Amino acid sequence: MSPVIEFDHVTITYSGADRATLADVTLDIDEGELVLVVGETGSGKSTLLRAINGLVPHFTGGTVHGRVRVAGRDTSTHHPRDLADVVGVVPQDPMSSFVTDTVEEELAYGMECLGIPASTMRRRVEETLDLLGLADVRDRALVSLSGGQRQRVAIGAVLTSHPRVIVLDEPTSALDPGAAEEVLATLQRLVHDLGITVVLAEHRLERVLEYADRVVYVPGAAAPVVVGSPRDIMATSAVAPPVVRLGRLAQWDPLPLSVRDARRHAGGLREQLHATPPRASVSSGVTVPVVSIQRTRASYGAVHALRGVTLDVATGEIVALMGRNGAGKSTLLSTLVGLRRPNAGTVRIDGIDPATLTGPKLIGRVGLVPQDSSDLLSRDSVAAECSDADRDADVAAGSAARLLHRLAPEVPLDMHPRDLSEGQRLVLALVVILVATPAVILLDEPTRGLDYPTKERLSQLLRDLAASGHAIVVATHDVELAAETATRVVVLADGEVVADGPTAEVLVGSPLFAPQVAKVLVGPDAVDVPLTVAEVRDALAVSG
Amino acid sequence: MTAIDVGRAPDVEPGHVPRTRLPRLLHPGAWWLWAAGLAVAASRTTNPLLLLLIVAVAAYVVAARRSPSPWARSFSVFLKLGLVIVAIRVVFQVIVSAPIGTTVVFTLPALTLPEVFAGVRLGGAVTLESLVAALYDGMRLATILICVGAANSLASPARLLKTVPAALYEFGLSVVIAVTFAPQLVADLDRIRTARRLRGRTIGGVRGTAAVALPVLEGALERSVTLAAAMDSRGYGRQAARSTTLRRVTGASLIAALVLVIIGTYALLDASAPPALGVPMLAVGLGLSILGFALAGRRSVRTRYRPDPWGLAEWGVTLCAVITGTTLVWLSIAGVTGLIAPVDPIAWPAVPALAVAGILVSVLPAFISPPAPGRAP
Repeated sequence: MSPVIEFDHVTITYSGADRATLADVTLDIDEGELVLVVGETGSGKSTLLRAINGLVPHFTGGTVHGRVRVAGRDTSTHHPRDLADVVGVVPQDPMSSFVTDTVEEELAYGMECLGIPASTMRRRVEETLDLLGLADVRDRALVSLSGGQRQRVAIGAVLTSHPRVIVLDEPTSALDPGAAEEVLATLQRLVHDLGITVVLAEHRLERVLEYADRVVYVPGAAAPVVVGSPRDIMATSAVAPPVVRLGRLAQWDPLPLSVRDARRHAGGLREQLHATPPRASVSSGVTVPVVSIQRTRASYGAVHALRGVTLDVATGEIVALMGRNGAGKSTLLSTLVGLRRPNAGTVRIDGIDPATLTGPKLIGRVGLVPQDSSDLLSRDSVAAECSDADRDADVAAGSAARLLHRLAPEVPLDMHPRDLSEGQRLVLALVVILVATPAVILLDEPTRGLDYPTKERLSQLLRDLAASGHAIVVATHDVELAAETATRVVVLADGEVVADGPTAEVLVGSPLFAPQVAKVLVGPDAVDVPLTVAEVRDALAVSG
Repeated sequence: MTAIDVGRAPDVEPGHVPRTRLPRLLHPGAWWLWAAGLAVAASRTTNPLLLLLIVAVAAYVVAARRSPSPWARSFSVFLKLGLVIVAIRVVFQVIVSAPIGTTVVFTLPALTLPEVFAGVRLGGAVTLESLVAALYDGMRLATILICVGAANSLASPARLLKTVPAALYEFGLSVVIAVTFAPQLVADLDRIRTARRLRGRTIGGVRGTAAVALPVLEGALERSVTLAAAMDSRGYGRQAARSTTLRRVTGASLIAALVLVIIGTYALLDASAPPALGVPMLAVGLGLSILGFALAGRRSVRTRYRPDPWGLAEWGVTLCAVITGTTLVWLSIAGVTGLIAPVDPIAWPAVPALAVAGILVSVLPAFISPPAPGRAP
């Protein structure tokens, strides 16, 4: 059987770039494979994916040397639209790619473009609605769907054209753990039952690694692409999920890729850890409560986003705010910076209602890095952004630039913020907020699109900030971030606090929110389970 | 852990299906024609009772037959907009007073504009008669607007555009995308205002607005590029192979049609031109344009998913619209009293029974059209 996707010595260089984004990639992907593309942010994963259906170079420009063939069609002579019947592409943000406004029409759109007869279209739409569990929402407007449903509609919309290949760019990055499981189970089903080839890029490997047949590691900087079985790649890859890093640390062989694999090896390690004294509790100096939320309610029209939330946060704390999409996390953050006044209850930062503050008075007390950190940035260079921040915060000129240099010395000052990597942009947005020295720092979903090394740096940065007396609240779906960083976890559901306690206590008890390391090491008595690889390493170092 | 229901039957109709008719959405064209009938009727009368009757008929049908989609809730917005229009019309009447009637309600300081502005008088005595006339006039405008609103909530303009011929498909699509992008722009604006607050900047002023405009436009541009890429990836713009001859014939017939239609229309409007020239030219021009569109439509390989059928119910609804419209037009031409409410002196208007009957015909679609899916009947 000939491969369905062939890369033959492909080198891709964008116009204006001084070096190739991908260099000399040779890669064959067979029918019915699930191929995972991994790599650090900005390493060229998206370029690789977009080359499969010809969006690179037909849409983005740039030069392609070598050949990319899909189902025997050469992408240099076939436009994306001519490949639409063999490749389906699901972009990162499904909402931005929807053409019509209801579920059923969206599912039919691709088929309409391909000129498929009406009776066939009807049958395929019905089949797809059932296959993806969307029959209940068939008439609904796309804007009214949840994140997981939208993602499934986006998958269904390409599936109805019966492509041989589906390409997905970070399909779960915006989803809560439950919705992400839903989408991944769908993909696995397509591969197993329908023999569709799936190529997907993902940062949160802990979710997808166990499903992959092969892994393509894109190291970036035009270094050669490595292709191999998940186990081989993970043995050395710089990006690796916690379970793999735990396996490497404990020198398990074969290297575990899933929690299930790892638990088979884990018996010895569990006993060893049990024997070591419980780790010292996080040393907390004098803490002062700075955030006080009392029985706060907030609603948008008929939707009650918050139904009586009570929460206090003290300096030195890092609170992870978790819960499914739409649980009220973002609303809570926006009441904390006074973007919306609560319908009932009180919100106080340092004893002051944030809704009454503006200008330097506000940003000197509380700062929020929104979900899309580039929202905060509006100038055309990093330097201009920094000097704007100095002026906004009313501090000495050059403060922001110095802070940036301390946190991320590699960020060039003359670059456009848009050209920075996701991680660098996040740090710049943080600097813009931090330069006003707010007592309270809020972050909304900061790890979206961040690779493991960048995430680790972010965790370290947040821990340092907390240690220097800031109170931090992070709304996140990322359980590993919560495990690594948070001192406390608050779980919201339907606008109410359903769990509030020390990180270990809240996370270990939940099947959805438990980090991988805890899942592996949890014993019959769920006490003092380490949450992160670092904790295990420290514990082992103590025990010798 | 997955939420996929494997064995679910495909969208079984709920148990409360009416005995005779299956729920479906009526063809959007039928709803727009129905609304046009009511709007024509409204344009022919200033009788407040008849106008209120028209609004009531429209509201009743909307309540009975709108779909559960979010844009179907827009009717109340149009009702409020109607009230605003009435208010504006009355306020204008107060400012620019017209010399109707003698019952002075109150007097404003008067200002007569110079000759250049045709001697319009601002302020002065405000009479009850002029206020009532303005009220009636405003109500008529508002009623026409409410008819449009009713059509809008029964069948969104996007659905109507989907029924345009294949050759105009691209035009229709760009309108649909523009319609969906407007709310997106508002959301963008909101996000950027938020960001400005987060950076401790005060909102407002010319500089503030300019600083907001650029990122909003950037965002919109970026979204259009993403959408264009997504559409291209899904096969938008695939074309069937066509012979050069066919392409030339299509182009020539469309250009010829345009020229003929322009000359024909001119001849019809210009009284000095012989009518024998205008009518045939217009007819040939329209015929050629239909041919051109049909040929151009063959270029696209598109098919249509579940095209809205035009069935008996659609004919019925259209017939109701025609009856309502023609009844009122005929009554107004015949000069039946009661269509124009007397304002000088003010009197309670007569209510012509025939007009009431004509308007009430348009309430029938609430019964003869199939119920909208997804709603309890």
